Amino acid sequence: MPGFDFSNHNRNAALHAQGVPLPKATSTGTTIVGCLYDGGVVIAADTRATSGPIVADKNCEKLHYISPQIWCAGAGTAADTEFTTALISSNLELHALSTGRAPRVVTCMTLLKQHLFRYQGHIGAYLVVAGVDPTGAHLFTVHAHGSTDKLPYVTMGSGSLAAMSVFETSWKRSLSRDDAVKLCADAIQAGIFNDLGSGSNVDVAKTTLMRNYITPNVREKKQRNYRFERGTTAVLAEKVIKREEISKYVTVHELGEEGVAGAAEKMDVDP
Amino acid sequence: MAAIFTGAPPNSGPGYSFTQTPAPTSASEPRQHAFYPYTDNGGSTLGISSSTFTILAGDTRSTSGYNINTRYAPKLFHIDSADPSSRLVLSVVGFAADGEALAERLDTVVKMYRYQHGKTISVGAAAQRLSHVLYGKRFFPYYVHAILGGLDEEGKGALYSYDPVGSYEREQCRAAGAAASLIMPFLDNQVNYKNQYMAGSGVGHELQQRDPRPLERKEVEELVRDAFTSAVERHIEVGDGLQMMVITKEGVEEVYRELKKD
Repeated sequence: MPGFDFSNHNRNAALHAQGVPLPKATSTGTTIVGCLYDGGVVIAADTRATSGPIVADKNCEKLHYISPQIWCAGAGTAADTEFTTALISSNLELHALSTGRAPRVVTCMTLLKQHLFRYQGHIGAYLVVAGVDPTGAHLFTVHAHGSTDKLPYVTMGSGSLAAMSVFETSWKRSLSRDDAVKLCADAIQAGIFNDLGSGSNVDVAKTTLMRNYITPNVREKKQRNYRFERGTTAVLAEKVIKREEISKYVTVHELGEEGVAGAAEKMDVDP
Repeated sequence: MAAIFTGAPPNSGPGYSFTQTPAPTSASEPRQHAFYPYTDNGGSTLGISSSTFTILAGDTRSTSGYNINTRYAPKLFHIDSADPSSRLVLSVVGFAADGEALAERLDTVVKMYRYQHGKTISVGAAAQRLSHVLYGKRFFPYYVHAILGGLDEEGKGALYSYDPVGSYEREQCRAAGAAASLIMPFLDNQVNYKNQYMAGSGVGHELQQRDPRPLERKEVEELVRDAFTSAVERHIEVGDGLQMMVITKEGVEEVYRELKKD
């Protein structure tokens, strides 16, 4: 029979009438973008992590390492993007070792989509995969259900519309590396300022990570000093355990001023 | 045969272009109304009163979901500003349309009082009247958390806070709106000195609470700024601008300051 087949529409209408809700798109609270340029590819991300309306982390890393020349930007469920990229990074390393070749971006993308499709969208990872391999520079998006796109410029997350508006007005077929970095940073900033799910700083990755490439949201200095006088807090009971005593049960390390604690990422706190 | 493949939905029942699930078709089952007249426009407000003044403040961002409607939508309203002796300011947070409607209602009510009695309404009377205005819509409430600020008959700062249906109380300080749970504990600690004790004033349960004192205007303005810059850091619906109104015996002074826009 010629022409379109609307039998699925009728089926959906019937299901809907019986109370089956429409599939609901979940917001991801992130802006991630990617853009190809002459001889390379750039990806960028904001650094805000939210739980509901509360900012959980003001400066988190959404750009994930896959292999020396491949990076991945993640939106969606934080744990899913973290573990999925780590797993594929690991598998890709083993693959590179057994083949003796540099891993390809398509291989990474295929591994990701096959993993995500197997989980039917229950792994909430929305990814922008980018990198350079012997076949050239490549840019892909991978959705949680396993669908992929190959495009010259891409955006994902709740700030994707704000970011895409920047690409749609300013993207050119021929871009220099610096222009591409600037364009991606601008797209992220559109997300930061116009999407409540996105905020704080801009991270950029070419083949190396440029952490906090732009910091347009530095915390304002406090007007007042909130240091309490010693003894302000009520103490009802006190017990002192000496180092000699506790080292019977656990190993005790002496921490310098900037010792082991310095290894953890520093958070800006009031003086 | 052709009839099976028409794109049109069945003639009976509602069209399927609605996002809501259609009501059950059988007449015996109860039907749920899909119309929801309220939206949450986010934002936060706070008020602090002292011995000679009251300060009300609110951010100027209006949101819906992850979107910003505008970066400047005032939540503070000077009531009966035509009267030079008016010292009333209303702050509203929640559903912005109801907030504006409530401010307009109170403005009219306060004006009518002045026309009928030939004098400016006292803050206590205005506060009680506002409670009645709110309770008057008990079963279709103004979806707002209101804070009313002014000066009482002794010239002391007065602050009244309300729930959406008119329960009210005079207080020293109050935070309302999206970031209320972030700001209120800070205010308890820094205005009423909650959980602060005087060092060396006793041992264990004998330790003396630090006594609250009336704050200076500069101190309060700094506390308000710090409260909002901190709320902006951790709440996505707070930001863009900070509107402050300082009520003194000289009049009502408005101060605006920028906040982070991310």
